[in-house]
Amino acid sequence: MLAPRFARGTIQPQGKTQMTGTTSRRDFLKYGSGVIGASMLPFLKALPARAAGGDVLVAVTGQTINSLDLHRTGTNRASYQVAVNCYDRLVSFGTKEAPGGGLSYDYSVIEPELAESWTISDDGLTMTFKIKPEAKFWDGTKVTAADVKWSFDRAVSVGGFPTVQMKAGGLIAPEQFEAVDDETFVIHLERPSKLSLPDLAVPVPFVINSKVAMANATAEDPWAMEYLHKTPAGSGAFKVAKWAPGEQLVYERNDDWAGGPLPGPKRVILREVPSPATRRALIERGDVQLSFDIPNKDAAELADKVTVYSTPIENCMHVVGLNTTFEPFQDPDVRKAIAYAIPYEDIFQTAAYGRGAPLWGGSTEIDDIAWPRKSPYYTDMDMARSHLEKSAFAKGFDVPFSISLSLADWMEPTALLIQESLAGLGITSEIEKIPGANWRTAALVEKRLPLHLENFGGWLNTPDYYFFWAYQKGHLFNSSNYENPEIEALVDETLHMSMEDPQYMPNIKRMFAIAFEDLPRIPLWQPALNVAANGAEGYEFWFHRQLDIRPLKGA
Amino acid sequence: MTQVSPDSAERPRSSGALDHLIYVLKANPVTLLAFVMFALIVISALFGPALVPYDPLQSDAANALQAPSAAHWFGTDSLGRDVFSRVIVATRLDLVISVAAVALSFVLGSVLGAVAGYWGGWIDVVLNRILDTIMAFPLFVLAMGIVAAMGNTIENIIYATAIINVPFYARLVRAEVNIRRGAGFALAARLSGNSDLRVLALHIFPNALPPMMVQVSLNLGWAILNAAGLSFIGLGVRPPTPEWGIMVAEGANFIVSGEWWLAVFPGLWLMFAVFTFNLLGDGLRDIVDPRKRT
Amino acid sequence: MSARLTSVLSRIAQAIPVVIGVVVISFVLTRALPGDPAVYFAGAAADEASIAEVREALGLDKPMLRQFIIYVGDLARGDLGQSISSGRPVAEDLASRLPASLELTLSALLLSCAVAVPLGVLAATRPGSPVDHLCRVLVTAGVSLPTFFTGILLIYVFYYLLGIAPSPLGRLDFIYIEPDHVTGFYLIDAALAGDAETFLGALKQLVLPAITLALFTMAPIARMTRAAMLGALSADFVRTARAAGLTNRTVLYGYAFRNALLPVVTTLGMVFSFTLGANVLVEKVFAWPGIGSYAVEALVVSDYAAVQGFVLAMAFLFVLLNLVIDLAYTLIDPRIGFAAK
Repeated sequence: MLAPRFARGTIQPQGKTQMTGTTSRRDFLKYGSGVIGASMLPFLKALPARAAGGDVLVAVTGQTINSLDLHRTGTNRASYQVAVNCYDRLVSFGTKEAPGGGLSYDYSVIEPELAESWTISDDGLTMTFKIKPEAKFWDGTKVTAADVKWSFDRAVSVGGFPTVQMKAGGLIAPEQFEAVDDETFVIHLERPSKLSLPDLAVPVPFVINSKVAMANATAEDPWAMEYLHKTPAGSGAFKVAKWAPGEQLVYERNDDWAGGPLPGPKRVILREVPSPATRRALIERGDVQLSFDIPNKDAAELADKVTVYSTPIENCMHVVGLNTTFEPFQDPDVRKAIAYAIPYEDIFQTAAYGRGAPLWGGSTEIDDIAWPRKSPYYTDMDMARSHLEKSAFAKGFDVPFSISLSLADWMEPTALLIQESLAGLGITSEIEKIPGANWRTAALVEKRLPLHLENFGGWLNTPDYYFFWAYQKGHLFNSSNYENPEIEALVDETLHMSMEDPQYMPNIKRMFAIAFEDLPRIPLWQPALNVAANGAEGYEFWFHRQLDIRPLKGA
Repeated sequence: MTQVSPDSAERPRSSGALDHLIYVLKANPVTLLAFVMFALIVISALFGPALVPYDPLQSDAANALQAPSAAHWFGTDSLGRDVFSRVIVATRLDLVISVAAVALSFVLGSVLGAVAGYWGGWIDVVLNRILDTIMAFPLFVLAMGIVAAMGNTIENIIYATAIINVPFYARLVRAEVNIRRGAGFALAARLSGNSDLRVLALHIFPNALPPMMVQVSLNLGWAILNAAGLSFIGLGVRPPTPEWGIMVAEGANFIVSGEWWLAVFPGLWLMFAVFTFNLLGDGLRDIVDPRKRT
Repeated sequence: MSARLTSVLSRIAQAIPVVIGVVVISFVLTRALPGDPAVYFAGAAADEASIAEVREALGLDKPMLRQFIIYVGDLARGDLGQSISSGRPVAEDLASRLPASLELTLSALLLSCAVAVPLGVLAATRPGSPVDHLCRVLVTAGVSLPTFFTGILLIYVFYYLLGIAPSPLGRLDFIYIEPDHVTGFYLIDAALAGDAETFLGALKQLVLPAITLALFTMAPIARMTRAAMLGALSADFVRTARAAGLTNRTVLYGYAFRNALLPVVTTLGMVFSFTLGANVLVEKVFAWPGIGSYAVEALVVSDYAAVQGFVLAMAFLFVLLNLVIDLAYTLIDPRIGFAAK
C-alpha cells in the first residue's frame, strides 16, 4: 500500500502531467492579486490562508454538500467526497497517467487502504482481509474487523443507493460478513464475480468507528443515521473541522492516517459558489487554488492561463435516447435516419468545446472491447434522408425533445443543434426543459420521454456493467425502454464473468454490434471532467467524479 | 409632473385632447423622448422579424462567439446565432409577455378592487385577506413556484406575472373607489337615475386611472424583469425562442470570459424597454390626469 | 393607551387568516411541483424498492390530507420539518441564513435611501428642470437593469478587472473568523466584539451586493419622495409657512419633508418585503448564504419542507413589517390612529 501511494505523492506533475504552467497569467492579474494579497496581510492573524502557502488549500465547487454520511437517504452526489476524504475503505484503486493530463485512478489495479493484504479462495467465494494493525480511528481506537462488519451491515441494510451499489458486487446480506478476529475480516459470496473486489473500492463500503456510532444510536435509529449525518467518525485522511451547508466545508488533516502517505495541506477549505462566472473569476485571479468541475468552455479557455485537467470520464457517454414506446422510434430506419442527421462535430465543438472524446464515425468492424467506443454513424444528411424515406414516416413527425434543466450546460446547445438538423428531415421537435427533481422521475423511472438526452456513467469500469444499467429491460438508466432478448441473455452471462474467460470477449463484441444496430441510445461523445488548478497540484481523477483531496499539494 | 407655466394657463379652454398632448410633450422633453422610444420598440416588435439581417434561430457553429463586427452588429452567440437579429426579434415576445401580464392583472385587479371598494362589507374583508395572503408571499418565489408547478410555457409565465401583480391594482382601485363612493358627484350620478354599475364604471372608476397608469408603467418593466429572472433560474421561455431575459441570463455567464456582447446588448435593450415604459408611465399620467387637464 | 393596545391586537388578529392562507397555499403549491422528491433523493442508482423506502421515510406515501394534518400538527409544535437537501431542520437552516439576507437587504435599503431620498427632494424642489429629468432618468435606469446582470457586471469590473473589490465568496473571506454569534449580522457582531478587522472584512464583502440591490430599489423610493414632496410643497400649510416668512430651508425640511415622510415609509416597507424576496438572484451571483438562494435550490429539487418553511418565514416577516409600519405611521403623523384602519 505505502509504496505506490508514496510514489504517486512524489511525482511532480510539472512537465508531463500539467498541460501548461501558470507563468503565462496576464500581468494585470498578478498586479491585481498582489494588491489584494498585500492589503490582506495585516489581517492574517485569523486563518493564515495565503501566507502559509501549501498548508491551506482553498477549492471551490458549484454543488452543495448536504450530508456527511453517504449512507443516509437524501445524500446528494457532491457529499460522496466526504466518504472518500474522511473515511477509509478496505481497498482502493491504483493510479495511472490520465489521457487528458494529470493523474487518474486505475481500475485494473487494486491497492490496500485499511486492509494490509487479502486472499480470495480458489472458488472465488471467500475473500479474507487482514486489517492494518496500525490503523486507528480519529479517537485513537484501533480499527477492527468488527467495525468493518458493522459498517458493511449498515451499507446493505439501510436501503436506497448504498444497498443497491453493494448489491452490484454481490454484497447483499449481513450474514455474508464475518469478523473472525480483530484483524481478520471475511466476506462470503454467493457466486464468484469480477465486480466484488472493485465494488469494495467504491465510496460506499467505508469503515465507520462502530463504537462511537453505536454509542449514538437509538432504538429507532440503530444505524446512527442522525449522528453520523453531522458528525463523521472515521479513520480517513481528513476530519471535518467545520461544515456549513450551502457555504463551506473545512477539512483538517488527520496526522495519524494509516491509509496512505500523509497529505500535504493541513487544511482544505471547500467553498460552495453557485455562479460559474464567479468561480471562473476566482480561479483565474488565483484567489482559490482549485476549481472543481468547471464548464467545458472555461476549461478550453483557461487552459493557457492556469492548469486545467480534462479527464474523459471512464464508462460514461452522452447519448441521444430514442424511446421505443414512441411509435416512429420503433422503426429501425427512423432511428438510423436520426443517427445520420446528428451534427456530431458541431455539437462536440459548441457543447463540449472539444473536451472529452468523440464517439462517432467509428469503424463498422468491432475488433476490441473498449467502451465507450465510436459508433459507426456520422453526419450525412443524404443517408439520413434515404433511411427516413425507407421508413413508414417519410414525411417526418412531431416529437417533444426533453432535456434536464440542471444539465442544460451541455444538453441545451446539443438539443438546439439536433433540433435544427432534424427539422431538415421534416422531424419537428419542441425543446422541453425539465427541472432537476422531475427529470429523474420522467426520464429514468417512468421512462416516458420520447426523444431525450441522457448521460449514464458506470462506476465499475466494464462494458457489461454499463449494459446492465443502460440496455437491460426495466433497469434505471435504460431510459429508452429498450428490450432485446439476446442482450438480456448476454448481459446476464457476462456481468459476473471474469474478463479472462474466453467467452467474455465474443459476448461483449456481440453486445456492441446489437447496440449499434438497434440504436436505442445514439452515442454523441464521452464527456470530460474538468478541473482547474492555480496553485495546487497532484489532482487525481476518480470515477465517482468527486474531489479526492488526499493527493493534493500546494504549488 | 410638469410645471404649469403662466402662458399655458391662458390658453382657451376649448383646446382639445391633441393640443393637450402637444402641450404636455412640449413641457416635458423626457416624455417626448419616451414616446419616440416607445414608437421604436413598437416598430421593432411589428416589423422586426421581417427586417433583421439573419434568421434568429439559424445556428452557425463555425462562427460561434464572434465579437461585434460589420456583419454581426451585436456579435454572435455560442451557437453562432446573430445576437442583433435575436435581440430585435425578441421584442415582440417580450412585449406580448409584459403587456398581456399587465393587462390581465389590470383587469382582474380593477374588477376585484372596484367591487370591494364600492360595495364593501364581507366581499371587501374576504378580498383583503386574499390579497394580504398573496402579498405575504415573497413574490418572485411565488412566480417561480407557479411556473415550476404549471410548466414553463409562455402562457404560464404570463399568468404567474399577472397573479403577483393583481394585489397592487386591486389595492389601488379599492382605495380610490372607497374614497369616492360617497362623494358628491357619485351621489349626484346615482340620484339622476344611473345604476350602481354605471356609476362605478363611468363615474368613479376613471378617477382611479391616473395612479394606475404609474403602476402600469412600472409593472410593464417589472414584468419583463420578472421573466428575465425566471429565465436566470432556468424557468423561462423555452429555447431556442429568443427572449431578452434568457439572452441576458445565458450571456451573464460569458462576461467573465470576455464575451461581453452576449449579455450587454440584450441587457441594454431590456433596460431600454423597461426604461421606456417607466418614463412613458410618467408621461401618460400627465396626459390623463384630470386635475391637470383644466 | 389601552385603546391602542386593543387596536394593535386587532391588527395581529387580522394577520391570522393571512398566515392560514399562506400555510395552505404553500402546501398545495409544493405538492403541485412536478417531480417526485422520493425518486430524486433516493439517489443515482436506486431501484423501485429503495425509492419506495425513501417515500415512506419522507411520509409521502400517505394521502394528501393526512400529510397536511401531520404538517399542521408539526407546525403547531414549532417544527418546520427537515430539509431533505441540506439535511438539517428547516428552522435551523432559516435561522442561520435569515440574518445574512436581512443584513444584505437592510444595508442595500440604507444605501438606497441615502441616495434616493435627497434625489427625490432635489427633484421636487425644481420640478420640470433638467435636474428633475436627470434624477428621473438615473433612478429609472437603475430599476431597468436585471439585478443578476448588474451583479455580474460589478464583479467583472471591480473584482476581475480592477481588483478593488474582494472575491465574491459570500459574507466573509476565509482569512477571517466569523464573529461570535449575537445577532447573526456580521457587522453588528463584529462591532460588538470590537473586532475592527472582521468588521471591515464583512463590510467589504457587503459593498457590491448591496450596491446591486440598492440600484434596483432607488427608483420607487426616489419617485415616491418626489411625489410626496410635490404634494406637500403645494399644500396650504406650506404656503402659509412661506407667507409667514419662514426660511426656505425650514419650510422644506421642517414642514414639507416631515409630511412627505409618511408615504415614503409606506413605500419603504413595500420595497423591503419585495427586495427580501427579489434578492434571490443577487444571492446566487454573490454566493451569499441567504434564505433566497436557499429557497431557489429547495424549489428546484422539490424540497417541500424547505420551501414551505421559507414561505412561512417570509410571510411572518411581512406581517411583522406591516405592523411596524403602522406603528411608524403613528410616530410620524400623530393624527393617524389604528382605529382608522
